[in-house]
Amino acid sequence: MTIQWNDYNVRQAQDELIDEHNQPRTVARRLIHHLASYSDEELDTARTAAELAIKLMGITFTVYHESGGAIDRAWPFDIIPRIMPNTEWQMIEAGLKQRVHALNLFISDIYSKQQIIKDRVFPAELLANSENFRPQCMDITPPLNCWSPICGSDLVRDQQGTMYVLEDNLRVPSGVSYMLENRSVMKRVFPDFFEDYTILPVDDYPSQLFATLAALSPRPTANPTVVVLTPGIYNSAYFEHAYLAQQMGCELVEGRDLVVENDNVYMLTIEGPEQVDVIYRRVDDLFLDPKVFNPDSLLGVPGLMQAWAKGNVALANAPGAGVADDKVVYAFVPKMIKYYLNEEMLLPNVPTYLCFDPKERDFVLNNLDKLVVKPANASGGYGMLIGPIASKKQRKQFAEFIKENPRNYIAQPTLALSTVPTLINHHIEPRHVDMRPFILSGHTTQVTTGGLTRVAMVPGSLVVNSSQGGGSKDTWIVDEEACLTC
Amino acid sequence: MLARVIETIYWMARYLERAENIARLINVNSHLLLDLPKGISPGWEPLIDITGTRAQYLDLYNDFSESNVITYLVTDIKSPASLRFALNAARENARTTRDVIPQEAWEQLNTLHFYASEYINYAQRKTKRFDYFNSIITYCQTLNGLLADTMNRDAGYLFLQIGRYIERADMSSRIIDVRTTNLLNQNNHLEFHPLANIQWMSVLKSMTAYQMYRREVQVNISQEQVLTFLLKSKVFPRSIYFCIAEVARNTNPLPKSEAVLSLINQTLTNLLSKQANDFTQHSLHVYLDKIQVFLTQIGGELNNTYFQFGHNSQSNVQYAINHIKPANSIM
Repeated sequence: MTIQWNDYNVRQAQDELIDEHNQPRTVARRLIHHLASYSDEELDTARTAAELAIKLMGITFTVYHESGGAIDRAWPFDIIPRIMPNTEWQMIEAGLKQRVHALNLFISDIYSKQQIIKDRVFPAELLANSENFRPQCMDITPPLNCWSPICGSDLVRDQQGTMYVLEDNLRVPSGVSYMLENRSVMKRVFPDFFEDYTILPVDDYPSQLFATLAALSPRPTANPTVVVLTPGIYNSAYFEHAYLAQQMGCELVEGRDLVVENDNVYMLTIEGPEQVDVIYRRVDDLFLDPKVFNPDSLLGVPGLMQAWAKGNVALANAPGAGVADDKVVYAFVPKMIKYYLNEEMLLPNVPTYLCFDPKERDFVLNNLDKLVVKPANASGGYGMLIGPIASKKQRKQFAEFIKENPRNYIAQPTLALSTVPTLINHHIEPRHVDMRPFILSGHTTQVTTGGLTRVAMVPGSLVVNSSQGGGSKDTWIVDEEACLTC
Repeated sequence: MLARVIETIYWMARYLERAENIARLINVNSHLLLDLPKGISPGWEPLIDITGTRAQYLDLYNDFSESNVITYLVTDIKSPASLRFALNAARENARTTRDVIPQEAWEQLNTLHFYASEYINYAQRKTKRFDYFNSIITYCQTLNGLLADTMNRDAGYLFLQIGRYIERADMSSRIIDVRTTNLLNQNNHLEFHPLANIQWMSVLKSMTAYQMYRREVQVNISQEQVLTFLLKSKVFPRSIYFCIAEVARNTNPLPKSEAVLSLINQTLTNLLSKQANDFTQHSLHVYLDKIQVFLTQIGGELNNTYFQFGHNSQSNVQYAINHIKPANSIM
């Protein structure tokens, strides 16, 4: 039995590959034909080959258990790619660039004149209660005045086919290594797919990332020393830290490999201390420097903040950049774009209700069964209420949370995220997906070609996070015209 | 290169070499047992002595049966003497140095790790055992080849070699020590010992040295010649002299290497100071013991000179920063 596409049930949501008449979309036609020619056995072989490739390439992520242990798990991957026409992608890319530009201007403004507050576009009380606002960063100007050189924004598509930005990750966005590795797995397992399509390549990201980081160097040297700072092997994204260091040819350092002396940062090499110019830090703000933040942190480097404030070392992303990660701040992005760039937003926000506003709060409390409620500063899909599937008890509990701390909650309509056909045993079934492109800012702004597509493997589930059983897919940006001829 | 990374690479190399040596030991022993007459067959016990963990072994098992020894040396993940332990440790170390190790080598190590655990029950099956350990040796050698032909010749590579040869020298000295037990007679008259010849052959085979010994020495097997070859050969890559000379060669280009080199040279002098025909059972044992002490000291000196710096002792670091060279590539 081969794949029965006729049984494929496009539900209420949009499907990325199959249209409402159960026909493959133009860009997906060749792939669907190709897959339809596979026997069960061939499909199994392909899937096993992909799983083995992932094991041997050592593509893993770490999950924590309540018992306290950490396990290194093989990266979950589905062999059917998500495909998007380049014309659509170009529009998304322009929207992302605009958005990140405004966000960087916002962060820079917040840590200097706070003009946007003075002009009453952004409420001062939101800043006062912001979890990720760092007063220690006031009046500091990072290199190129760029606070978030690396941003990962999550995109989702709703029933009507509109692409929305769901959230921005301006602290330490992760996932780009999986985007790159998914492509290498696909190339190994399905070289024939790549003959059928003109798929835009993704693998220039590490060199773009290096150039972005090197451009931040405070010392005008031809070869600045750039390092990747990891919390260590037990961090869930350790694989990515090592991968990016390897791809960029940088040292992967831990806090204990660095020292600060005379406000300069050095790494401890066998030849002696070597001055570090740029740190791509994958350690959260509060663990960066025990002298300034969490005094118990063993992951950080004492004195690092002062070295950064003095302009002797660049930190990417800059401490404090997370102030714009806040889901309440997110709601103000359309206004920011208007305020800083005097432009209309190209890529829309999901309509967002702010619980600190009494009117919107009442609406949220009265419609908890229809809305998704999110804490303003959590990531990984934790601490959310998905109204339509939540129990009465859970909704009641969330109503209490909201009343206790309205500033910390937002609500959005439940979006039926789009689906992509996914191999479940021997069947193809629709599974919901999102997409995380990565945006690099500095002298220029560059966006990855596509991004990481994450997929909720549980039927009907909207939770795509790998820590909660999500999987992933390769993401193809293809030229639509080349697909018309088949 | 980071001091911490260098230390990790060093240990990765040691664990890989250890894994390969365990595979060799078991394969060689399986074959020896088929060759040697029952009366002088040493069984599996010597393998435990070679690893130097007799006491730990006897805490877990009360005899030296084939299946117990193989469980202990191969499958028992908790036994620090086991193949699995060594491969896990090698992989964990490689994982923290992925930025330095070539991608292909990392994949090869994963392949080795995957193969070794997937087919681990072959170790207990006589008909499969040879192929299993032979594959592991082949995977290790492939990995060495990949590293040799894809990795920059920087400090990372030097420490890879240093780790490998220190581990091998250590293992060789243990093998010689255990395998020659009760083999040396004071008069050194082989003719009084009808099976001596075959037993010295087995010592050579324990070190995968038989064929190379034949090529190099040609004369009949004799205690003096065998010991000279295994201890001092300058051409056989598993002899103790060869291994320590390699450690010296790879230490030489490192910064601040004076103290380590002087210790290595003392070891070599000591190694060459004794004539193989003078050895008694006791004096050979004392001599090999001394070599092992030297190897431990070399490891300690590497730690003091290179790794310890990564452990961030403040005075150390401050001194070094105050004496730092000015940045050389300012435009």
